[in-house]
Amino acid sequence: MAIDYARPGRVRPAPENFLSDENIAAVTKGRRDFLRKAFVTASAAMAVPAVARAQSAGDPAILNLPEWSTSLGLPVATHPYGMPSQFERGLVRRESPGLTRVGGSSVSFTPLQGLFGIITPSGLHFERHHQGWHDIDPARHRLMINGLVKTEAVYTMDDIMRLPSVSRIHFIECGANTGMEWGNVAVPTVQYSHGMVSCSEFTGVPLKLILDMCGADYSKGRFVLAEGADGSSMTRTIPMELIESGEVLVAYGMNGEMLRPENGYPLRLVVPGVQGVSWVKWLRRIEVGDMPYGTKDEAVHYIDLMPDGLHRQYTSTQEVKSVITTPSGGQILLDKGFHNISGIAWSGRGKITRVDVSVDGGINWMPTRLEDPVLSKAVTRFNVDWTWDGKPAILQSRAVDETGHVQPGYGQLRAVRGTSSIYHNNAIQSWRLAESGEVSNVQVL
Amino acid sequence: MSRFSKTLIALMVAGTATTVLGFDRYENVGRPATPAEVAAWDIDIRPDLVGLPKGSGNVDDGIDLWELHCSSCHGVFGESNEVFTPLVGGTRADDIETGRVRALIDQSFPQRTTMMKVPTISTLFDYIRRAMPWTAPKSLSDDEVYALLAYMLNLADVIPADFELNDQNIREVQERLPNRNGMTTDHGMWPGASAAEGGMGNGGVPDTQNVACMENCKTAVEIVSALPDYAQDAHGNLADQNRAVGPVRGVQTSEPTGQGEGPTEQSSNAQALALAAGKGCMACHGVANRIVGPGYNEIQAKYKDRADAEQYLIGKVKSGGQGAWGSIPMPPQGHITDEEAQALVQWIMSGAKAQ
Repeated sequence: MAIDYARPGRVRPAPENFLSDENIAAVTKGRRDFLRKAFVTASAAMAVPAVARAQSAGDPAILNLPEWSTSLGLPVATHPYGMPSQFERGLVRRESPGLTRVGGSSVSFTPLQGLFGIITPSGLHFERHHQGWHDIDPARHRLMINGLVKTEAVYTMDDIMRLPSVSRIHFIECGANTGMEWGNVAVPTVQYSHGMVSCSEFTGVPLKLILDMCGADYSKGRFVLAEGADGSSMTRTIPMELIESGEVLVAYGMNGEMLRPENGYPLRLVVPGVQGVSWVKWLRRIEVGDMPYGTKDEAVHYIDLMPDGLHRQYTSTQEVKSVITTPSGGQILLDKGFHNISGIAWSGRGKITRVDVSVDGGINWMPTRLEDPVLSKAVTRFNVDWTWDGKPAILQSRAVDETGHVQPGYGQLRAVRGTSSIYHNNAIQSWRLAESGEVSNVQVL
Repeated sequence: MSRFSKTLIALMVAGTATTVLGFDRYENVGRPATPAEVAAWDIDIRPDLVGLPKGSGNVDDGIDLWELHCSSCHGVFGESNEVFTPLVGGTRADDIETGRVRALIDQSFPQRTTMMKVPTISTLFDYIRRAMPWTAPKSLSDDEVYALLAYMLNLADVIPADFELNDQNIREVQERLPNRNGMTTDHGMWPGASAAEGGMGNGGVPDTQNVACMENCKTAVEIVSALPDYAQDAHGNLADQNRAVGPVRGVQTSEPTGQGEGPTEQSSNAQALALAAGKGCMACHGVANRIVGPGYNEIQAKYKDRADAEQYLIGKVKSGGQGAWGSIPMPPQGHITDEEAQALVQWIMSGAKAQ
């Protein structure tokens, strides 16, 4: 098998130190003509056996031992809190330019294009704040329960963390995820089109346990108000059915450590399957009531405009959705041949049961492998083998959840909801692959 | 927690714990709330106006308060689109009669204002009281909230200019909100029970019915939208936003910077710029350009020869002001510490450089 030494990472072998760093940089860009010239110059000054070895011996990344193999490394606890490799610094949360004008009421997106598996690293969890974030002193944080309960009560963090806890993996998705794409393609990469979804293991106390303690009136109190301790004191109405199911958590842990401040430290509500705005951060109060509350974020924002001019109010469930993350928009495939198409799927109604992938824009589909674990209301990773023949292709994924609901196409979604609703866009995503290997964001009905 | 409050808690727990099963089971976890504590935090107002405080405020008082607290972000007439989306506009006299904002049917209407959407007056009162002004939430008195709300409703022609809004007539005003009949809960995205069973919504029935077809599902593929060329680099260099190893690379959409935007050492200028952005200053002030207030370079030029410029400007940041640059006031920035104000002012007076 012929090896193309001009490709990145496969630089043609040569006698050690005969190229300067500058020369090597030129070589890695594919300047084989240059390489030959430099090699001839160098070989003239070298013994014949060395030349022979240089032409056939192999990859300098193997033959020339790197400095990390020939020197002492750093000691333990150099970084008391570990950080990603310096080479991973491109994969960070980013804002979408022009989306908002005030950083305190804005969004940063998770770099889905570079993530594996189902868990979002805590430092890359997407952010949405309504009036900025604070790093709250947990000793001064309180949770109050009031309304239709026998005993209105106050809990400190000490109290909450003493109670029996559970740890569960769930996705959280902003209701406005993919919102910029309702009418047309607006953003280049999956970070901006789908990056307001993250998935973590949350640890906390079922809210039902605390409401039971306080003697909640479950017959009258069918609605719960959750309120944050930040400046906006953000509020949303939560259905009592979800709390009674035991799924709703008062959570302090995320991925084995405490919540990050941007994600609600020291306490947030976890409402599996429901849009992120209901997962109230910096949770300070829970009120049990007999009617929904009509708060700003359910009467002015997070309402879905329909073509008849009505807004859908109290839309909460995140319906079945998926997206291919590798390859995805703004990326370029290095070569024809084998590729693993990989992506994520999730549904607010339960488990993902299947994900199919099309490479011809939705004419034909092939089933994918769902990787373990497949959990209810959590991100599920799918993979499928594919050999790219170098011709143009349109890649799509289509998920199905345990209720049998099939992720809709743009044509189906717009036929019902028009193009102005902003929220709850779960349409099938299309990535166009050009002969050059470049992948771009397109929409197919 | 003080010794006093511990004693108080012990007394209260002793008095009530025996009546509630849960507190017995999880002994010594949590405690009953005092009435004063509940009153301090239970500030929500429901659509049926449960929770609405007594009080009143008129449109005239609202104008003054608005100019002081609100106009810098929302414009004098609630029309500004500079910092947040507009509050007022897009509603008509017919809408007040029908309770449905007609402009919402026109999908090409440029922007939906708050008054075009909000169905419940409780929402406006509740939100202004809990979250406004932007940098000093919960600092308004109840009467001030009534006055501000009166002014905002007057801007939308819901109430006349001589109106005094209070906790009694607010119910009549609710019946004039332009979009009071503009909401529906007939959808499948409320995860609780259906309306027929005491909840809301249709019980979770989706409104799309795709099928998992596998072969020959359609005859042609029509691409209806693609990213326009001019937007290719609007999100920066995509090569810097992808991993440098693996099956793919990011597409080079602009000159490579040779680095991502990960954690790196910041210069003092970069730190000050980040501080200005993080504290919300950049919403109203550009570096070279005026947004709502003057650009930083304008401020530097105006005060560079003034001996006490630093102290003067720190005072302006902390306490706000009006008149030096026009009629729109700058509200006090109580969320900025003295040290931060000093760093910001020194940065501004040194040219507000990015690096």
